[in-house]
Amino acid sequence: MIRIEARGSQSLAWKIGLPIISAILALILAAIPLTLAGAPILDSYAQMFSGVFGSKFAFSEMLTRATPLIFTGLAAALAFRAKLWNIGAEGQLYLGAMAAAAIGTGVFDVSGMILIPTIILFGCAAGAFGMIVPATLKIRFGADEVVTTLLLNFIIIIFLQYMLEGPLKDPMGLGWPQSSPILDQGMLPKVMDRMRIHYGLIIALLCAAFAQFMLVRSVWGFKLRAVGENMNAARHAGIPVNRSLLTVAALSGALAGLAGVSEVAGLKGYLTADLSPGFGYTGIVVAMLAGLSPAGVVIAALFIASVFVGADSMSRAMGVSSYLADLVVATALLCVLLGGFLSRYKIITGVSQSGGK
Amino acid sequence: MFDILQILLSESFWSASLRIATPLIFGVLGALLCEKSGVLNLGIEGIFVAGAMVGWMAVWLGAGLWGGVLAAALAGALFGLLHGILTVPLGLSQHVSGLAITLFASSLSYFSYRTALPTVSSPPRISPFQPLDIPILSDLPFIGPVLFQQTALTFLALFCVFLVWYVLNKTALGVAIKAVGDNPNSVDAQGLSVYGLRIGAVMAGSALMALGGAFLTMSAFDAFFFGMVNGRGWICIALVIFASWRPGKALLGAILFGAFDALQVRLQTEVGAFVPSQVFLAAPYILSIFALVIAARRAEYPRALLTPWFKGQR
Amino acid sequence: MNSNKVLSLKNLSKTFGSVKANENVSLDLHRGEILALLGENGAGKTTLMNMLFGHYMPDSGRIEVADDAGHFSDLVLGHPQAAIAAGIGMVHQHFTLAENLDAVDNIMLGAEPLTRMRRNRHEAEKKINALMENSGLSTPLDVPAGRLTVGERQRVEILKALYRNVRILVLDEPTAVLTPQEADTLFENIATMAAEGLAVIFISHKLREVLAFSHRIAVLRLGKNVGEMATSEADEQKIARMMVGSETSLPIRQAATTGAPVLHLEALSVVGRGRRDSLKAVNLTVLGGEILGIAGVSGNGQAALAGVLSGMMTPEAGKIILNNEEVSQIDPAQMIAKGVGRIPEDRHRDGIIGSMSVAENMIIEGVDGHRFQKNGLLKRENITEHAKALSVEYDVRGPGIAAPAQLLSGGNIQKLILARVFDKKPLLILANQPTRGLDMGAAADVARRLIEARSRGAGIVLISEDLDEILRLADRILVIHDGEFAETHTRDRAELGLLMAGQAA
Repeated sequence: MIRIEARGSQSLAWKIGLPIISAILALILAAIPLTLAGAPILDSYAQMFSGVFGSKFAFSEMLTRATPLIFTGLAAALAFRAKLWNIGAEGQLYLGAMAAAAIGTGVFDVSGMILIPTIILFGCAAGAFGMIVPATLKIRFGADEVVTTLLLNFIIIIFLQYMLEGPLKDPMGLGWPQSSPILDQGMLPKVMDRMRIHYGLIIALLCAAFAQFMLVRSVWGFKLRAVGENMNAARHAGIPVNRSLLTVAALSGALAGLAGVSEVAGLKGYLTADLSPGFGYTGIVVAMLAGLSPAGVVIAALFIASVFVGADSMSRAMGVSSYLADLVVATALLCVLLGGFLSRYKIITGVSQSGGK
Repeated sequence: MFDILQILLSESFWSASLRIATPLIFGVLGALLCEKSGVLNLGIEGIFVAGAMVGWMAVWLGAGLWGGVLAAALAGALFGLLHGILTVPLGLSQHVSGLAITLFASSLSYFSYRTALPTVSSPPRISPFQPLDIPILSDLPFIGPVLFQQTALTFLALFCVFLVWYVLNKTALGVAIKAVGDNPNSVDAQGLSVYGLRIGAVMAGSALMALGGAFLTMSAFDAFFFGMVNGRGWICIALVIFASWRPGKALLGAILFGAFDALQVRLQTEVGAFVPSQVFLAAPYILSIFALVIAARRAEYPRALLTPWFKGQR
Repeated sequence: MNSNKVLSLKNLSKTFGSVKANENVSLDLHRGEILALLGENGAGKTTLMNMLFGHYMPDSGRIEVADDAGHFSDLVLGHPQAAIAAGIGMVHQHFTLAENLDAVDNIMLGAEPLTRMRRNRHEAEKKINALMENSGLSTPLDVPAGRLTVGERQRVEILKALYRNVRILVLDEPTAVLTPQEADTLFENIATMAAEGLAVIFISHKLREVLAFSHRIAVLRLGKNVGEMATSEADEQKIARMMVGSETSLPIRQAATTGAPVLHLEALSVVGRGRRDSLKAVNLTVLGGEILGIAGVSGNGQAALAGVLSGMMTPEAGKIILNNEEVSQIDPAQMIAKGVGRIPEDRHRDGIIGSMSVAENMIIEGVDGHRFQKNGLLKRENITEHAKALSVEYDVRGPGIAAPAQLLSGGNIQKLILARVFDKKPLLILANQPTRGLDMGAAADVARRLIEARSRGAGIVLISEDLDEILRLADRILVIHDGEFAETHTRDRAELGLLMAGQAA
């Protein structure tokens, strides 16, 4: 007979090892759809690998791709820690991007020293707003934030289309629905020449480091963890639950907004409706793979960016659908879930204890 | 104003409303069944995609329309089984598991479709369900075009409303499902299987969800294209709360929603000059949020919703 | 009472992790017999019965059940279905009713095959009505179980078993939620059914009712069956010694001098979740140095009282005056700041954050203080020192202060909570069911701490379902019924029982 028993606390090795094993397992399982698509397996993997590590440019592309994922991953990780299910990072990203386009395309003609922080500030504020509204609806009316944030995503993207065909439209854009370009001084500087990596990455890494520090060592982080782990006991202990939820909502939204700012004012230079191929949603997977740890988010973001960039390159070379990347990422998430279960519980069969490890 | 009245009294309007409502009817019934047993199934959006793709693909491969319906339902049930295993015996977070299923089901569907049909510029089409032509009934004034000229899948949806209502309220199985969603211990103490009931309900609910997706590719349209589900799954999750987990109210909510959607399409042509089209596009989602906020306060959630139950832990 | 054996538990053992919940327990039961299974909290009584009913799978051992003809066969273990089919029924300590269904549906649940497409409520109702007449247990049949009183729910639970033609009925702590009179009525009904051949096991830790209502007593201690005897040969001292193995000294409450009022509730009205769980314009005063006992059946407003005193619920009307100061804003942080120490009823839900460490749990109420943080950053050394010191002083045992608090046993979790509460030297202490689920040693510990706090001048509001505990510890007793208090000077259980039921003595 199979019995399930809770383990003691998880060891650090397990906490780090699990996501890594899940990631590798998901990559290995990718062989199945590859075979079904008729692609040569070893060649495909080789293509994926060289698509990321094959050249400095390829690697920098991966880093560029990882930048917004770090932001949205942090957004999800912090919110989920408080059991606030922010599925709206995609919409909040676009809110931040719209703010960047609104502020940085010529309304203020000031020096970069002022313009860039202003863009960042407004981008954060816009993103924060995007999450504070659902959080308030949840606190006041008990409206499930999963649904409200999801529906808001659709509303925001429709609003974006309106903005791009109206107020934000580039008068010199030949009729395409896109925004005017960000002023030169408003663009985040590049990290190195001839590569697309920009200072958004640096900001992202700083945010991750700060978030990790605050989560573990600060009073604010303590209260956030308490609220997420047991809201009733936290409330009973005098911790201001609603205030904690609203604060984390603002931070989460702001981080997602920063992803939008980073893509517009760091990478692309202007805003279009297809700015994000689902960074907001992928950020959720990043956060889960990272075990909701900000430091882990960086690593998970790098992994997932590698999968996407590598799969892109492989799919062009091998003719396999690039949706393989989404499939690998989804599989990795399932593996992490299952692995998380195994790490928290031992499966005991019969009389002798064979730890599920 | 007069125009709106004309619209509201026209047959084509109500016929369109019921047609647009059909996938929602399936989706809300499916989510209702899952949640009644205590399991939130956020895999609905992905299962809609999977149902749409599998149903269409089955027809494309020669299985016939009802073969496609069956295939879609089976696909839904399989994803439901996965979600059920993750959330019931393993007790993992229902939110995360559902989202993982949505991602997995969507990406698997898109990948499979692309791999099976790699080089197509415009999506290939099948012969979808046709509006029925029932002797006498289809020719009745007003009710004829509105109700009796729908496709077979719409009738299936309406039948499912009755079926779900009947099972929940008139059968022993329904009592057990309602009980397990309120207090799993009540079911366990009477010798029934909590796991079996919950996983079964989730599988059946997921099959219904998949039918919602299948309607899109086999009745409303005739091809599968990316992004066609477009948030309908999430709208269903909001509507379930609005429907207080009752099949009758679920039907009402879906039809009201379909009516609103049909209205905004028609309104666009009337006032399109003054109001940007995006307002109409966004209206369904805004409406859903409103419905959710209004209903959430007094919502009587199934008491055991979201709480895992483990055998042998007392 | 026949000597026909109807049930035989043979050498049952069950271990959870490192805890031996039951060790080699054997027990027999006879037709028409009322057997009391006695032992302190944690002795393994519920585990044993859960194995009988199939909720747990024994690690080793067998169970033999006799059918109507008297033939014994082995019971299939680990499946409630098999137990029910063998004629075993169980009324659990925490009710297993679906609150959204009425009594008939709850009773029929599981009794009809799931594959049937039509139900037979009519027949079932007839049978249930007949059962209610025969057994004397009556309860409204068409009300959702969520709206039934505690007593009514318990009767539905028993009817569930009777409906399934139970021959062996197990009752787990049946009188924990009843008034003394209701308890008497229950046992009368049980005696009636036993006289007709029903075999009964009831679990209890209350010596008095065991002596009054059973034919035979079996005592469990630390998971083992340490002795059985006919009730006629038993007395309190003998059984108590078997239960605990040694003499426990229950702390004695000396007379104490009381001081100024620390708490005064004036015309306080609170709307609780249930119609009956509210407070209706009540007045209450607690003096420093006294323990005020709130006696009553749960569901009569205790939750509202606890809710207000802990700051979790806001009153509709009235005032709360702490130490002569009116409390303007009622929330947990305020109450803590004003010197209220709260020991919550549900340890796991309100008392600790299970996945956080013991050390962290010890500071959750005071994390903003200068001792544990500076400039918003946690002072980790201070937190660790603090936790170590408190663990020693309050004897909190477990896998260490860095381990998740949920790994501690119930008694140690309560000690953690006490440490956190008493370390602040509160003026007013709300003790809500403080010894529930604790073994005698841990319970005595809690009582000792409460009495110590009382000697130091604190005022204590003690809410307890255990009338004996109130009689032992309280200086003054208020009976709560339907949201109102009745002050009483009597110490007579029967009179108190009447007050608890809302009838004047």
